[in-house]
Amino acid sequence: MLRLLTIEFYKLKHSRSSKVLSIAYFVILSFIALIASIEFNLGDFQIRIADQGIFNFPFIWHFNTWVAATLKFFLAIVIVSMISNEYSNRTLKQNLIDGLSKKEFMLSKFYTVVAFALLSTLFIFIMTLILGYSFSDYTEFSIVTREMEFLLAYFFKLVGFFSFCLFLGVLVKRSAFALGFLFVWWIFENITYGILRWKGSAETADAIVQFFPLEAMKNLINLPFQRLNFIETAANQLQADIAIDYAVHWYEVAIVSVWIFLFIYGAYALLKKRDL
Amino acid sequence: METILTLNNLTKHYGKVKAVNDLSFTIEKGNVYGILGPNGSGKSTTLGMVLNVVNATSGNFKWFDGSDTTHHALKKVGAIIERPNFYPYMTAAQNLELVCTIKDVDPGKIEEKLEVVHLLDRKDSKFSTFSLGMKQRLAIASALLNDPEILILDEPTNGLDPQGIHQIREIIKNIASGGTTILLASHLLDEVEKVCSHVVIIRKGIKLYAGPVEELNASHGFFELRCEKQQELITVLEGHPDFTSVKEENGLVTGFLKNPLSAEELNTFLFNQGLVLSHMVKRKESLEEQFLQLTANLN
Repeated sequence: MLRLLTIEFYKLKHSRSSKVLSIAYFVILSFIALIASIEFNLGDFQIRIADQGIFNFPFIWHFNTWVAATLKFFLAIVIVSMISNEYSNRTLKQNLIDGLSKKEFMLSKFYTVVAFALLSTLFIFIMTLILGYSFSDYTEFSIVTREMEFLLAYFFKLVGFFSFCLFLGVLVKRSAFALGFLFVWWIFENITYGILRWKGSAETADAIVQFFPLEAMKNLINLPFQRLNFIETAANQLQADIAIDYAVHWYEVAIVSVWIFLFIYGAYALLKKRDL
Repeated sequence: METILTLNNLTKHYGKVKAVNDLSFTIEKGNVYGILGPNGSGKSTTLGMVLNVVNATSGNFKWFDGSDTTHHALKKVGAIIERPNFYPYMTAAQNLELVCTIKDVDPGKIEEKLEVVHLLDRKDSKFSTFSLGMKQRLAIASALLNDPEILILDEPTNGLDPQGIHQIREIIKNIASGGTTILLASHLLDEVEKVCSHVVIIRKGIKLYAGPVEELNASHGFFELRCEKQQELITVLEGHPDFTSVKEENGLVTGFLKNPLSAEELNTFLFNQGLVLSHMVKRKESLEEQFLQLTANLN
C-alpha cells in the first residue's frame, strides 16, 4: 500500500499543475477564516457574520465542513487529470508493462484520493478548532465535541466525490470531457428531481433522488444557513416553518459508501476489460 | 535449456478481424529472437498480450516456469512498445526513478543505465525536450533498469534517422553480446538479420515459421555464374544432379542447389567440361528473399 501511494505521489509531486491546484485548494480553505470579517448593511441593520454564531461550537463543525466541501472542485480537477494524463501520455500502458497490475494501478489512485480526503479533513479539523476557540461563545469540552460527525460526513463526501471523478476519468479518458460529463450529470440529477416533483410530490422526489450519487453526497452535509440566528429569527417572525433535518444519518453514509464501491470497482472493471 | 516465455494457441480477435490466430512458440534463454511480419501482422498485439496490456481472446501464455503472476513476472522483464511513453513533465532521471519504484528495484542503477544509452549528460532535462531518438534510448535505459531476463523491443528504430537507427542497433548488439535474451519485433528484415539468431515469422496473425535463422530455408544456397559460353553453361547446369533450377538474368546465370556443393567442386567440374568462368559467387538467400518466398507461398 505504501509503495502504491509513493508511486502516485511521485507522479503528482513533479507535476506543476497538480501542485499548484492542490496548494491553491488548501490556501483557499484557510480563507474560510476571513468570513469572520464579512459585514452586511441591510438598511438600518448591520449584520456582522461573526456575530451570528457561525463560529460557535458545535455549529461551526457543520458550517466549516459545508463551506470546505464546496471547494472540492479544485481537487476534482487534479484527480480527473491524474487519470486522463495517464491515458494521453500512454504511461498507463508503460506502467502495466513495467509490472504494475491493473488492480494496483487503480488502488494507487484510490489510496491517493483517500489520502487527499484525509488530509483535507485533518486540515478542516485543525482550522475549526482554531477558529472555534477564537470566536465561539462556548468552549466547554462537551460542547466542542458535539456534532463532530460532520467531519466523518465531510470525509465520506470527499471520497465519494473524488471516486466519481476517478470513475469518469477512466470512462472518458479526457479531463475536460470528464469534468463536462460531471456537470451534465449534475444537471441530469436536478432535472430528474424537477420532473419527479412536478409529476409526483416533493416526498417521492426526495425519496428517489437521495440515491443518486451527487444528491447523496449533498445530503451528507445539508445547507447550514437556515440554522443561523438571524434567519431563524426572521423565519419565526414570518411564522415560516423551516424544520430541516441537518443531522448526518447512517443511511446517508451507507448510500455514499455503496457509490464509492461502485465507482472504484466500475473503474477497475473498465480498465480490466479494455485493451490499451 | 531454460524457457523464458511460452505461448499456447494465443488468439486475439478484434470483432471480425483475427489479429493473432492460434500462435504458439517458446523463447529460450540466451537467444536473440526476431518477430518478423509485415505491418499489421499481429506482432504488437502478440507482445501486448504477453505484456498484460491486451486481453487475449483465447489461448494462454506463461512467463518463466509459470509459477508467478504475469505482473510479478513482468518485473523481471524489460520492454518497450511502439513508442516511448514517459511523463513529459519529469526529467529523465525522475522518470527512471519512478520505474524503479514500480519494478521494486534499487534506483542506484539509473546513472549506469543512462550511460549505456549515452544520455547521462541529459539526465536532468525534461522528457518533453528530448528528440525521438533520445526518447527511444531513454526507453531502452528504462527497460534495462532491472537487469531483465529478457528485453522486448517493439520496432525500436521506427521513425528514427539513420544515425539514430545505427545508435540503437549498436546498443542492442552490445546488450545481446552480454548474454541478455532479446525479443525484437520488426518489419525491417535487415535489422533482424543483423542481430537475431532465431526468428518467428507471422503473417495475418498466423505463424509461418519459428526457429533458427539458418534453418529458415532448407536450401543450400545458389551460385551466380558468368562465362563466355552462356548457353552451354546453362545446359550443363541443367544436366547436373545437384541443381534444381537454373535461370538467366542480366547476363548472370543463377543456379539453385538442392544438395550441398562447394564452389571448388563446381569450378573443377565446369573447367573439366571446358567452361571457364569469369564470375562466380556462392550465396545464401538473404532473410529478405527467404521471407518474401515464405510469405509468397501463401498467396
